[in-house]
Amino acid sequence: MDVSNETRQGVTVVTLDGDIDGKNAGTTQANVLPLIPQDGKLLLDMTKVGYMSSAGLRMLLLLYRQALGKGSSVALVGLSEEIRDTMSATGFLDHFKVASSVDEGVAALSS
Amino acid sequence: MTAPKGQTSAESGAASLRIDFYPTHEHEQDGVTYRLRSGRPFPFGATLVPNGVNFSIYSSHASNCTLVLFDKGAPEPKAEIPFPEEFKIGDVFAMVVFDLDVETLEYGYRMDGPFDPARGLRFDPTKVLMDPYAKAVGGRDVWGEVPDWNDPFPHRSRLAFDDFDWEGDRPLQIPNEDLVVYEMHVRGFTKSASSGVRFPGTFAGLREKIPYLQALGVNCVELMPIFEFDEFEHSHTDPETGEVNHLNYWGYSTVNFFAPKSGYAATGRLGMQVDELKQLVKDLHKAGIEVMLDVVFNHTAEGDHRGPTISFRGLDNSVYYMLTPEGYYFNFSGTGNTLNCNHPVVRNMVLDCLRYWASEFHIDGFRFDLAAILGRAADGTPLSNPPLLEALAHDPILAKCKLVAEAWDAGGLYQVGSFPAYNRWAEWNGKYRDTVRRFIKGDEGVVADLATRIAGSPDLYSSRGATASINFVTAHDGFTLHDMVSYNDKHNEANGEDNRDGANDNNSWNHGVEGETSDEAILALRERQIKNAAVLLMTSQGVPMMLMGDEVGRTQHGNNNTYCHDNDLSWFDWSLTETNAGLLRFWQHLVALRHAHPVLRNRYHHSGFDYVGSGVPDLSWHGVRAWRPDWSPASRTLAFMLDGRHARGGTVTDDTLYVALNSSWEANGFELPTLPEGHAWYVAANTSMPSPHDIHAPGEEVRLSDQSHVLLGSRSAMILLGKPDSLSNDPQGD
Repeated sequence: MDVSNETRQGVTVVTLDGDIDGKNAGTTQANVLPLIPQDGKLLLDMTKVGYMSSAGLRMLLLLYRQALGKGSSVALVGLSEEIRDTMSATGFLDHFKVASSVDEGVAALSS
Repeated sequence: MTAPKGQTSAESGAASLRIDFYPTHEHEQDGVTYRLRSGRPFPFGATLVPNGVNFSIYSSHASNCTLVLFDKGAPEPKAEIPFPEEFKIGDVFAMVVFDLDVETLEYGYRMDGPFDPARGLRFDPTKVLMDPYAKAVGGRDVWGEVPDWNDPFPHRSRLAFDDFDWEGDRPLQIPNEDLVVYEMHVRGFTKSASSGVRFPGTFAGLREKIPYLQALGVNCVELMPIFEFDEFEHSHTDPETGEVNHLNYWGYSTVNFFAPKSGYAATGRLGMQVDELKQLVKDLHKAGIEVMLDVVFNHTAEGDHRGPTISFRGLDNSVYYMLTPEGYYFNFSGTGNTLNCNHPVVRNMVLDCLRYWASEFHIDGFRFDLAAILGRAADGTPLSNPPLLEALAHDPILAKCKLVAEAWDAGGLYQVGSFPAYNRWAEWNGKYRDTVRRFIKGDEGVVADLATRIAGSPDLYSSRGATASINFVTAHDGFTLHDMVSYNDKHNEANGEDNRDGANDNNSWNHGVEGETSDEAILALRERQIKNAAVLLMTSQGVPMMLMGDEVGRTQHGNNNTYCHDNDLSWFDWSLTETNAGLLRFWQHLVALRHAHPVLRNRYHHSGFDYVGSGVPDLSWHGVRAWRPDWSPASRTLAFMLDGRHARGGTVTDDTLYVALNSSWEANGFELPTLPEGHAWYVAANTSMPSPHDIHAPGEEVRLSDQSHVLLGSRSAMILLGKPDSLSNDPQGD
């Protein structure tokens, strides 16, 4: 699991690369947490995430809560159909703004 | 097993601050070292602790126990860890294993002890046993996926995360008298392609249909069994096609009492059934709908001595099951074995289970299948003061949960009205069902008993109040309402038992033709009879329960026992919501009428007196003549009036409600009771009229032109409201 980040139009874009499961959810969370801006905008690009287990979803929800706590809004981009279905069936999706591309996500967060 | 050498990974993180989560033992297997320490005996099951899992399992007769660990789906175990003697406290084996990946872990136990059936002991250490306290079970992850029949460990214990984000949700605590219950099957509700949902046949699919339930107006769904069961139990494989049929579709045969059925979750493949079900409960609650579970504690899926050994039989056979003196299984459930519910350990398991569902899943209530068994002693004798039923009635965590008994069992114990209730239990009122059905088909000699049922069965529940009576005309057992008015006899040939299974006393009537017909007159009469049953159900005191699909005339083609049919015979056909839109509209307005009128929803039985000074009793009986009900055996007419000023024991004021019932083949005129000055009778519903004139939305009732008489068509029912007269305030005076 690789975590990289950049800033685009004032939005913190964090790119996750690799599967997320119980073995690496903890370290992934530790790597992303310091990147959450204060009173800003966070976009998680998950285009390169093929599989995400229940632990991965919980990590996402925790990041989302942390971001809210810091006054930041969050959007998810590039969810695979399977991850999206899983999040939809279990209700995790209800918590997030979802966009289909990074540009669209940046625009949605900036609006 | 050796003492650990030096530092371990358990020193990192929170556990390094706690000496009680520091490993003391090691187990080496296949080059992997498992670090262990003595566990906590409570709670039973597998519990997450800092950096590890606490495993705790009970057996009063086992000589020793081995924990068996698998990687998810692997045919062979990755580790078998015997419990050291010093890890056993009393009859409980408890051990912490550190550094396990709980998402990919499956586990079970081997129990060693005597195999001596005559003494009730059936230990078999070659079997890997499922943990009865497992919070998730693998092996039947996706509904209907044909399993590996040779898998020696087909039902695998798993762990589940318990950190769901409820966002402030809690059980709704709707007063019993305000409930309208909808009994349903999770899979059957949306499995048909006609449902149009994204995940048919699942919890998520049901969630998509919440708006439909809201429009219908029900505020409680009673889910047929959702604890993990084996849909392949007693299934048949067609030798020609290889197709598996006769599945255990209803699921009244529990494999594990703490785990939601994985095959009912769209995410069961991923082991997320717990989250998916919790999300469903949360969203139903948001919509104002409670969740009641149909729970089956009378027996398990292990059957009799010829059945599979999944868990209980191999853990402690003589504790969990009622055994004959020869060591065979008592069969009060009709399914092979009987759970020994009043043994203190089994009793605690049932309590632990219900507390778990109430607290962890926010479940609002429970309906207990064949609950009479829960009052039997180990030898089958009915107890006068059954400890389990008493404990449930007074449990601190279940204090606000609805407890509903199916107050009979397959061993001949029939306790409707006499169930050990501790002023706490409600009952499925089988007498209500039979009497209403007999009246509707026109039987003689029913009117007096019908009045008692309409009043909330005070003959059965005088000490408990009307809400002890769960009124129903149809339930999953027996005909659907459409079939009750379309068939004289059951047609269960497809069940493969030569039509011998299923109830024979259905009190049904086909109205002239057995089954399907194109005769318009018969079809119209049948629909009217369905509406008559609906009127009775929704205007009776007590708690109405309706059956999934009855609101749109769902048919099972005369089959009154579809437990094994995972197909169109059982599934809700959503095209009926359009074909029978008029019937659906009737039900929707009728449920709305019940919600709009507290006079229909009293907690206690009526007195038959006027105690508020309105001039009329709280409940009065009438016939074709006002104040003169005809109780004679030949009578087929009855009317009753609920005085609005006596609503809820006189605590609120409502309109007065008058219901006239005519089960005769002839029309009958009914003389109406006189209303107070300035009030008039309005028609809310009249089943003899075609849709949409059969019922009016609350507030849109139609004023009767003749305020002293109504003519009620043959086999019809009518609901009138007595409310302020719109004409008496009319300045035009017309």
